[in-house]
Amino acid sequence: MNNLLIGIGIVLLALVIGMLYKVSTMMSVVSKKKENPESTSNDVNGILMLSFLIIGGIMAWVSAYVYFDDYSLPVASDHGVITDQLFWVTMVITGLAFIITQILLFYFSFRYRYKKESKASFYHDNSKLELIWTLVPAVVMTILVLYGLNVWNNITDTAPAESEVVEIMGMQFAWKVRYPGSDDQLGTYDYRKIDASNMFGMDLTDKNSFDDFTPREIHLPKGQPVLFKIRARDVLHSVYAPHFRLKMDAVPGMPTKFWFVPNKTTAEVRAETGNNDFNFELACTEICGSGHFTMKMLIVVDEPEEYEKWKKEQKTWLSNNPEYLTQVPEDLRELALLSSGIDPEAAKVSEATF
Amino acid sequence: METAELNVAEDQQHDAHDEHHEQGFVSKYIFSTDHKTIAKQFLLTGIFWAVIGGLMSLVFRLQLGFPDMNLGWLQPILGGWITTTGQLDTNFYLALVTMHGTIMVFFVLTAGLSGTFSNFLIPLQIGARDMASGFMNMLSYWFFFASSVVMFVSFFISTGPASGGWVIYPPLSALPQAMPGSGLGMTLWLISMALFIVSTLLGGINYITTVINMRTDGMSFARLPLTIWAFFITAVIGLLSFPVLLSAALLLILDRSFGTSFYLSEIYIGGEALPNMGGSPILFQHLFWFLGHPEVYIVLLPSLGITSEIISTNSRKPIFGYKAMVGSMLGIGFLSFIVWAHHMFVTGMNPFLGSIFMLLTLIIAVPSAIKVFNYITTLWRGNIVFTPAMLFSIGLVSFFIAGGLTGIFLGNSALDIQLHDTYFVVAHFHLVMGSAAFFGLLAGVYHWFPKMFGRMMDAKLGYVHFWITFIGIYLIFFPMHYIGIAGFPRRYYSWTNFDAFSTFADLNAFISIAAIMTFAAQLIFLFNFFWSMFRGRKAEANPWKSNTLEWTTPINPGHGNWPGDIPKVYRWPYDYSKPGAPDDYIPQHIPYSETPESNLPHENELIDLEVKQEDEAIVINSGEDAENKE
Repeated sequence: MNNLLIGIGIVLLALVIGMLYKVSTMMSVVSKKKENPESTSNDVNGILMLSFLIIGGIMAWVSAYVYFDDYSLPVASDHGVITDQLFWVTMVITGLAFIITQILLFYFSFRYRYKKESKASFYHDNSKLELIWTLVPAVVMTILVLYGLNVWNNITDTAPAESEVVEIMGMQFAWKVRYPGSDDQLGTYDYRKIDASNMFGMDLTDKNSFDDFTPREIHLPKGQPVLFKIRARDVLHSVYAPHFRLKMDAVPGMPTKFWFVPNKTTAEVRAETGNNDFNFELACTEICGSGHFTMKMLIVVDEPEEYEKWKKEQKTWLSNNPEYLTQVPEDLRELALLSSGIDPEAAKVSEATF
Repeated sequence: METAELNVAEDQQHDAHDEHHEQGFVSKYIFSTDHKTIAKQFLLTGIFWAVIGGLMSLVFRLQLGFPDMNLGWLQPILGGWITTTGQLDTNFYLALVTMHGTIMVFFVLTAGLSGTFSNFLIPLQIGARDMASGFMNMLSYWFFFASSVVMFVSFFISTGPASGGWVIYPPLSALPQAMPGSGLGMTLWLISMALFIVSTLLGGINYITTVINMRTDGMSFARLPLTIWAFFITAVIGLLSFPVLLSAALLLILDRSFGTSFYLSEIYIGGEALPNMGGSPILFQHLFWFLGHPEVYIVLLPSLGITSEIISTNSRKPIFGYKAMVGSMLGIGFLSFIVWAHHMFVTGMNPFLGSIFMLLTLIIAVPSAIKVFNYITTLWRGNIVFTPAMLFSIGLVSFFIAGGLTGIFLGNSALDIQLHDTYFVVAHFHLVMGSAAFFGLLAGVYHWFPKMFGRMMDAKLGYVHFWITFIGIYLIFFPMHYIGIAGFPRRYYSWTNFDAFSTFADLNAFISIAAIMTFAAQLIFLFNFFWSMFRGRKAEANPWKSNTLEWTTPINPGHGNWPGDIPKVYRWPYDYSKPGAPDDYIPQHIPYSETPESNLPHENELIDLEVKQEDEAIVINSGEDAENKE
């Protein structure tokens, strides 16, 4: 690192020396001869314009090619495949516009640099030309808008009724997830019930919450629609799963949602990329405080049968925190024991200690 | 009018003058009501902030490019913000990105750009003695100054300056327990911005009034230089949108300090559940972006106006499609108000609203494309003189294309799902509004420096400055697109926690080095600027052979700008290389009757009108004389 510092120092020093040199030349030049467009500088600048176009263009192509694998993230959702396609279609269209306009800009700058004998043309209007270059972008934009609207409407359409529901909650600085358990119903919550163990503020008077479970990583079934129900409990966060091309803000007081179909299992992507440590990741993309960059959770996509098996293995939240049975109303306690899978004997012991 | 002329006289016969009219140092350079002095005040303050904002970006670029680097050597300046192990404090990292954004967007590219060039050029180019209200203009600067002081003070408090991002989204910005920067630092940010908004409004009202009411004889709107059109539209946009930011800030102040719940609902933080219910953080985002998006054009339009003027002058060619240029600026100005929610596609906003805003957003591509084509056609078959200002203007067009095209990705809500809040966005707006607007500012400084200070900046240093900066900015922001496409999120202190974001360590280091190089090149500019101010070659009256009115003033225009009568305007400002004319330019104040050799048929018909105009002008003048006598 010291080398870098030294490097920076040298660059700065070189600049300072360059400047001092300039000072002396400027002092000698002061009020002598004026710059004029016939000076060699004008040609030099024109040639630099052309060189920039050529060298810059080559560097852009080469870098885009060299880094292609690095910036192409594996895609693992149905809609992600479609948005990637839209991305590349847009890239081709805008890329073409980029290349043409930049070539014209720099080539014209070079070609029409000042020459004493030439005179600029007095050319300031051409309705036909202007009409063409108004209509062409308008038509191209219309195509992109219609294409994009179609994709957007499909993505944001209502989730299929059979979707697997997963609740994701953002907090400073972690993600928490909750699954509805065997009844497929998430229990209600109230932020005033949140405490150190009950991080979701689960309302234990609601019988749907008895079998909810809160694993440390997200498991999803391949090929089935999944609905993320998203919320935050303190500040804004944003659920971002880059491999699924999925992003949705988590807003305190306003639940949001995003549904999608994962179409590759973790194992499949590992095989595809040849990276045995590959994992789907969940990140936060809305600034939320000092630990913003640490909010990571792993997502595992399983084959449906593996997923069902995993789900069965999960212990309910209530069975991990039997002391919260006291919050369950008297008449629901039997049911709570049953659906949370708490061993009644153990419960009696713990109840006795309350 | 009388005092104005007396002061001009003072400038000419400095020594033998009444003490009575001598302006003291304070009223001449500090509490000045002269638009030229106020412009310079804005420029110098803007440069000060640009240096601070730039240095901040270097510090966080060091963190991003070289995460393991020992930054202990910064401890003498940053003190406790460098941890004992020589790492940047994570909260301070966020403070740096927040302040970099705030400073650059508001203090440099709004106040530094509009404040400088609207003030300097509007009276000079429309032919007015000064702004409509010199006093309000002075207030505008001093409110900005006060705002700057408050923001600057916030760097030195123990909890640090505001650090919730320049967009200050609540609840993060509303709750001091969420991050240290949301304490006193945020309060100071809000006070500073409130003062800033007052300054902007005072300035904006002045610009609008001056352009509408104080144009010289013959300066119809159709003959306004594109710079003035740009400043005028910018001021209108600012006048309509800044009050909305003020209201957003006011509600935030109420939430922070007076227990209201406009933006807060169902929050559990710091081990306790807050009582606030029913508010919506999304409301803030709507209010913020209702300013925030027009703000992008407040930053960009003046630069587009400046470059229109510079490209035309230095191509020695009329600007192509004057009407289309004005029309597209009006179109962009109008559309800028109805696209704000494209910043909010993934906030949980109703998806149908998302599709409407996507449609409106992508329409903006059309007027923007028109502007680019018009610039390029202006260069076509020109006779291009590469002054430093011209180089920066061409650079601006290049950035505007590069950054504008990536906007087509981001404006598409379906693509925005993946790209939102990644480095793709950072690359996009740094090119299209950051660098492009910054280049407009630099181009303007190089071009009008002779008018501001009566001396020339050194052209060769300008060339070196341009090429290093131009290449440097592409080296910084072009690779950033790759990082963004790969999905790297913004405002991350480090990416090493994630396997998905573990690539590109090399590219990030490269970007940081490019950033250091680019910043170093700005030292060349600073040297050139301050050196030339005192030691530069003396300027001629019209060094760029330009058509606009400011070059008809004395080399060092005094108070009132023109010693005698204000010149009248007879033609549009872009009569460059007119066939038949002896020179390749005909300034706006030359009547058609003096240029029979180059007049177009319909212009010959205007000669009669000119004569009539003369007669009327005499009547008006005698009227003014009568007033003066009273």
